[in-house]
Amino acid sequence: MKNKEPLILVVVVAFTLLTYWLVEPYAHSVMHKHVESENFAYADLAPISKTGNVANGKELTMGAGGCTGCHSITKEGVPAGMDPVTAAGAYGVNPPDLSEAGVVYDAKFLADLIKNPAHALKVEHKFDAAKGQMHPMVAFYGAGGDIDQEVADMVAYLQSIAVTKEQLTPKMAYENACGRCHEMRYENWTQIGEKPSFKFEKDSLAFDIQVLEYQESLTKYMGKLPPDLSMYIRSRNEHFLSTFIENPQAHLEGTAMPRVGVTADTAHKVIEHMADSGDTKRDERASVGMNVMWYILIFAIFAFLWKRSVWKELH
Amino acid sequence: MAHFTKATSVKDWLNQRLAVEKVEKVMASEYWIPKNINFLWAMGMVLAITFALLLVSGIFLLMYYQPHVDLAFDSVNYTIMREVDFGWLWRNIHGVAASVVFLVIYIHMFTGIYYGSYKKGREMIWISGMLLFVTFSAEAFSGYMLPWGQMSYWAGMVITNIFSLGGLHMDGLVEWIRGDYVPAQAFLSRFFMLHVLLLPLAIMGLIGLHFAALRIPHVNNQDGEEIDFDAESKKYLAGDKAGSKVMRFANDFMSKDMMVVGIFLIFFFYLVFYNYSFALDPVNFDPADMLKTPAHIYPEWYFLWSYEILRPFSVNIGLIAFGFAQVIFVLLPWLDRSPNAVPASRRGAFSVWFWLLLIDMIVLTAMGKLPPEGIFSTIGLVAALAFIVLWIALPFITMNEKKV
Repeated sequence: MKNKEPLILVVVVAFTLLTYWLVEPYAHSVMHKHVESENFAYADLAPISKTGNVANGKELTMGAGGCTGCHSITKEGVPAGMDPVTAAGAYGVNPPDLSEAGVVYDAKFLADLIKNPAHALKVEHKFDAAKGQMHPMVAFYGAGGDIDQEVADMVAYLQSIAVTKEQLTPKMAYENACGRCHEMRYENWTQIGEKPSFKFEKDSLAFDIQVLEYQESLTKYMGKLPPDLSMYIRSRNEHFLSTFIENPQAHLEGTAMPRVGVTADTAHKVIEHMADSGDTKRDERASVGMNVMWYILIFAIFAFLWKRSVWKELH
Repeated sequence: MAHFTKATSVKDWLNQRLAVEKVEKVMASEYWIPKNINFLWAMGMVLAITFALLLVSGIFLLMYYQPHVDLAFDSVNYTIMREVDFGWLWRNIHGVAASVVFLVIYIHMFTGIYYGSYKKGREMIWISGMLLFVTFSAEAFSGYMLPWGQMSYWAGMVITNIFSLGGLHMDGLVEWIRGDYVPAQAFLSRFFMLHVLLLPLAIMGLIGLHFAALRIPHVNNQDGEEIDFDAESKKYLAGDKAGSKVMRFANDFMSKDMMVVGIFLIFFFYLVFYNYSFALDPVNFDPADMLKTPAHIYPEWYFLWSYEILRPFSVNIGLIAFGFAQVIFVLLPWLDRSPNAVPASRRGAFSVWFWLLLIDMIVLTAMGKLPPEGIFSTIGLVAALAFIVLWIALPFITMNEKKV
């Protein structure tokens, strides 16, 4: 009698793979819009044509540029005018500290943001100046000289005070670029910062109330409370996260989430931080996986040898 | 009272009280299996091993899981996945095994259909097997509720809604099942109970019945050959191992079972460590939110074919078609009118029927996941109709089958 087992195995495997392909890769490619990455080039924004002057930029940032009216630069000893909860009450969201803005955000993006925030952030559908819907960040209309030169100076200044790309950690990247809107409970992160451990419950509850107040303003500003990102590395895939960060409108037209304008490196680090929250055991999984695979392979070899020795007498 | 003598050994002591030698013979060394079978006959052992993996991993998960709507999601995704040593491993094993067990069940089921293993005294094996399929389905569904993610919540909403039975508007029944107007705490608690107690008990009982049902008619073989098990086992015991048509369950067939299990486990653990997201749907990593319906709600892959029989029709007709699909497999031994219990390849029209059914169910599975739009709805409708037509045609095409 001819041994039919190889043929049966081929049939079983072929039908299994066909079904898998249909319900997984194929169905998901149909269900989800495919958005191609633009490699964080921000091609729609004009490149910076002028060479920035750091000293001049510092003067503008601290003075005529008007930045420090709302933004703190703790690194340079410029404190925040208001605490986060009050600031969110005033602006909708707490304006970011600018200490690391030069490394977190793309230079072209920063330049465009200073001149026309709603345009750079891609929220013109929400903030249409013609209809009197002003973006809470006031545009910079120039300090009397060449506006492009002035903007280039300010960007150069911000870049000069920021840490280097290498020093920017995934956690810093997340906190700067995402953390004022998105909670990350699994990393103990709230929109007003990391929740400290309190000795007394009333202090802990007081902190929670501050968070709730902040979230109330934020909800009004955004239309809905931005989601907690603790498990986003699992609920969305890396490609989705990366292209969504790059341009939220490409995935979800009309969304209130702004284009945050991070560099490719920052986006990469933000996603790494999400993995640090939602997929903490990825390295252990890889190493344990390898050991288990070897163990099972050896088990299978012994099982095969046992079968052969038992069946020798049966034929 | 039985007469007991002073035991000469531990084995003798046990023998007098439990008849361990006899039990061993009945269950293993003199449980006779035909030799002309292939690796598909090892799927029972593969299922037993997978069930054991589910049980053991489930016990570990149960130690940390919290069946409360405010805690369930975090107890799974924070406590088990981050805090507990190897919690992620048990969860991956549990999730992947829950999906893979259905792949093996389907292979096992289609093996039975192909070789006619539901006929001539094997009807109870088929029926108990189908009851296992139903309880495994309920077990899978109830387990899917427990992480209390978006897909848990919305699948719970959709599936329990089915019990309003369309035009009958039995909303009271739906509320009774949920214990609330919407899936909430009462719903989660009772599905937790079903998942960790009642259904596993039912499954274990049915596994016992399934094995017992196999005992008298014996295992079928790949040639549809009627074997005289008494004569052949005597031949084996007399020393003619090679000449006999049967072999012992242990160690003869068991050694082959283990070889297949070994190969299966390589595949299984590959999925556990390197390709698990098909079994742990991304949507379910968003916490349940009753104000946010996911863009696509779909069941796990193993329910897709019956979901697609429900979906392309209007509500009432869809429910009737769905009900038909749920019970029709159980009736297979009586819908197949042919006297032949041989492989499909020797049964002419039945062979065509078998492959059409298999392909139709794969088409239904694919369409069940794809959004019901445009060409996909049409294909889904045609495949659902084809499923019903195939089953209605079965008695007619098997009635005139020639005896082989």
